Parts: sequence; C-alpha cells; structure tokens
Amino acid sequence: MERLEVKKLNHRFGFTEILKNINFSLNKGEVLSIVGPSGGGKTTLLHLCANILDVQEGNITNTFTSSAFAFQEARLLPWKNTIDNISLGLLAKGENRSQSIQKAQEIALKFGLTEDDFEKFPKDLSGGMKQRVSFARALVVKPSLLFLDEPFSALDIGLKKELQAILIEMIVNKEISILFITHDLMEAIRLSDVMLLLKADPGHIVKEFRFDVAQDKRDDRYVYGKSAEILQDEEIINTFELELK
Amino acid sequence: MKFALKIIKDFPAYLWSGWGAIATILLFIAFWDMGNQIYGDLVLPSPLETFKTLNLMLHDKNIITEIQTTLYRASIGFGLSLLIGTILGLLAGFFATASMMSRPIVTILVGMPPIAWIVLAMIWFGMGDETVIFTVIVASFPIIFVGALQGTRTLDGDLKEMAESFKLPWHMKFFDVYFPHIFSYVFPAWVSGLGMAWKIVIMAELLATSTGIGASLSIARSQLDTPTALAIVVIMIGSLMFIEYIILEPIKREVELWRD
Repeated sequence: MERLEVKKLNHRFGFTEILKNINFSLNKGEVLSIVGPSGGGKTTLLHLCANILDVQEGNITNTFTSSAFAFQEARLLPWKNTIDNISLGLLAKGENRSQSIQKAQEIALKFGLTEDDFEKFPKDLSGGMKQRVSFARALVVKPSLLFLDEPFSALDIGLKKELQAILIEMIVNKEISILFITHDLMEAIRLSDVMLLLKADPGHIVKEFRFDVAQDKRDDRYVYGKSAEILQDEEIINTFELELK
Repeated sequence: MKFALKIIKDFPAYLWSGWGAIATILLFIAFWDMGNQIYGDLVLPSPLETFKTLNLMLHDKNIITEIQTTLYRASIGFGLSLLIGTILGLLAGFFATASMMSRPIVTILVGMPPIAWIVLAMIWFGMGDETVIFTVIVASFPIIFVGALQGTRTLDGDLKEMAESFKLPWHMKFFDVYFPHIFSYVFPAWVSGLGMAWKIVIMAELLATSTGIGASLSIARSQLDTPTALAIVVIMIGSLMFIEYIILEPIKREVELWRD
C-alpha cells in the first residue's frame, strides 16, 4: 500500500521553531489538506514531505511510487516554450523526446491551451495560462502523489473551478492522492477527505476534520454549509484569530 | 545545431532591418563632410579623402601586417580573460565566501585606470607583446568576471526548488535550469569585454610598442598625417561594428528571445 506517513516531525530555522510534533498519514487515493493562517509553517511542512527540504527531527516515510509538485507561482523555465516546460518532468524520468512532446501536447490541449500557445515563452502567457502549464507539467507525469502549494490562490473563479474539476475527476477515479496546503477553507472543503488545522507559532496540528461525501457530489450548497459550520468551530476561530461579531 | 541554423535563417531579415542604421551612418558622414568644409583638410580631412587613404592602406602589405599584429594581441588577451574570467567568476559565484572576498579585488581592478596598468606593464615586461596583452587582460577580465559572478549569484532559488521537486538529473539541471540563466549574464559581459579589449589594445600599442595599428596611429600623429590617422580610426570602428552587429547581435537576439 502506497502511503505517506509523518511521525513526530519537528523543524526549526536557526532558533525559530517552525513545526512542532506533526503527525499524520495519507493513504493512496486520499486527499489531505492542511489549512492554517499564512506564515504558519504550511509551506515548510509541504517542502519537507516533498523532500525539497531535509528532515531534521522525526520521520517522514513516503512509499508512493511517484510524485509531482505544483507551486503557488507557476515557476516555469522562462527560456523554454510551453511544450518544453510541460515535458520537463517526463524527460527527467528518462522518457524519449518525441513521446514526451506528444504527451505534453495532449495534456496541454486538455488543460485549455491552444496550439498557438505551444511555441510561446512564459513571458507571452497570461498568469492563468502559466498556472495551467504548471499544472499540466505536474500532472503529465501521472504522479501517484501530488503536492499542491496553494495552487489556486492567484487564479480567477472560472479557472479555479476548471482546474478543480479536473482534479476532482481524477480523485473520484482514485487515480491520484493529493497533499495540499491552503488558507482557503472552502477550497479545502471542496477537495479533501481529511483537513488538518495547523496553528502557528510553532506550527502544530490542533484539529482534524473529515468529509465523507464523494468530491463529485459536493455541490456549492454542501461547501457553503460546511464552511459556515466549520467557521463556528472554536479551534478555527482561535487559529485564524477570527473576531466574533 | 538547431540553434545555429535558426540564427542563419533569421540573418537576412536581421540585415534587412539595418537600413535605419545605415541611414544614420550616412547622415554622420554628411556632418563630417560639413566639418571638413568649415575647418579645412589639415584639421578634418574629407570623408572621401579618408576612404581613399583607407583603400590605399588596405592594399599595403605593411599595414595588413600591423592589423594582424593588433588582432593577434587583442585576441590572445581577450581569449585569456574570457577563459579565466568566466571560470573564476562561475566558481566565485557558487561560493558565498569567494564572492565576498573577490568584491574588493574587482573594485581595485575596475577602478584602476588602464593607463596606470600600461605604465606598470612597461616596467615589468618592457616594450612588446606582453605589455599589450597584459593590459588587455587586466582591463577586460573584471568585466567578464563580474558578469559570470552575477550570473551564478542570481540563480533563481524557486527554479532550483522546482528542479529538485521534479528530480531532474544533474545534466538537465545544468543545461535546462542553470546554463541559460548564467549565459544570459555571461554573454553580454563577453560583448562588453571584447569592446574594452579592442579599445585598450590600441591605447597600449600607441604608448608601449612600435608595431600594430596603435603604433601606426602614433606615427601618423607625429607626422601630422590626419588622413591616415582618421583612416586608422575608421578601421577600428569599422571592425568593432562588424563584430558587434554582424556576428554578436544576431546571436544575442536568438539567445535572449525569451526575455521581455
């Protein structure tokens, strides 16, 4: 069984404690979100899980066969065109060039890019287009675990829905497992099976929420209803320092 | 390879875009001729006379040898500083301590006037090739060094992380992530280093040697031979323009296509 397990994880930058005693696990086919205010150590936690940062204390066991990362900003290589950017991960896995390019073109079309965009450099793409490319680059390698770092935060509502719809389809078909961080409660409620609440200074998990309805059955009413319910939660109010009115 | 082909393919269109530049040069020559009509032949020979002298000189074996001498000195000097400057710059860029330590040295090298170097070089090496080559290296090295240093210092941490997350193998990390960025800094530095080398070689020759076009310029001055002096200036500017606009600029355009 493919699985990501985090045990007794602590992390510090210099003398500042960033994360304290983090424990959770993510099974294959699950979507786990971590919500919390900005500056709470979410990104650090995600980078540790994705092995971009080295673990100092504690354990992270990742038995997923493959993974990919989509960042908050697109992080495209400015000197490569759309297709070459998307096929980067495929080439890194050692797939041959013509096949990678073909796969990249297919997924680009699926993500709403047009053939005119294939040869463009990132500077000629709009913000939304870049984010599509970044998503395509992460998903084209067919990762069994996907890390998302607030990937929707810079997008307009339409594009957000579109990309989320693609993800939801993959989630429902059990093609992918996702670990994602966000400060947007509704986003977490819409996509995740389990939502962990990370409180800052130092980052520690204070509460866990579970959503049992399948992702494709969650309509706006469900999401709004759940959000309203969760916003009443004492821990949420404390963590986000919401003022009661 | 694909890249070189693309440069050649785009070359005619690039040349065609040069009409504006040619018009400017012709306008400049017109002003030059006006200057000649006002101040007379001794102070400012006419463009026609200058180009006639130039034509004669280019058919003169001795002058060709002088040009070759200068070219030889400039290319050895520039080649060495390109090699050393790039390698040391890259190394210094990769280590924070090295880049900190190299800063004052670069300031000294940049701040010291080339003329002072020429004097020192004359004392150290006497009147010959070494003096000129040394001065060229000392003048163009810091420019290239700083370019390479900046290129490695400014590597984007976000992109490094991205490369890390996709587990790019080392050769992809180098060629796809680091190299294009570094090159976009190093290449312009090479171009300005080359311009500097070309100017310095003439100056050093004029002061420290009896061969090369710098020395010819000095002889023309002592004989008050203004047409020859101007013709030499035309050679210098002409060759610089050729290298810059015909060779380097098309490459630069392709290399920096992705830039805003």
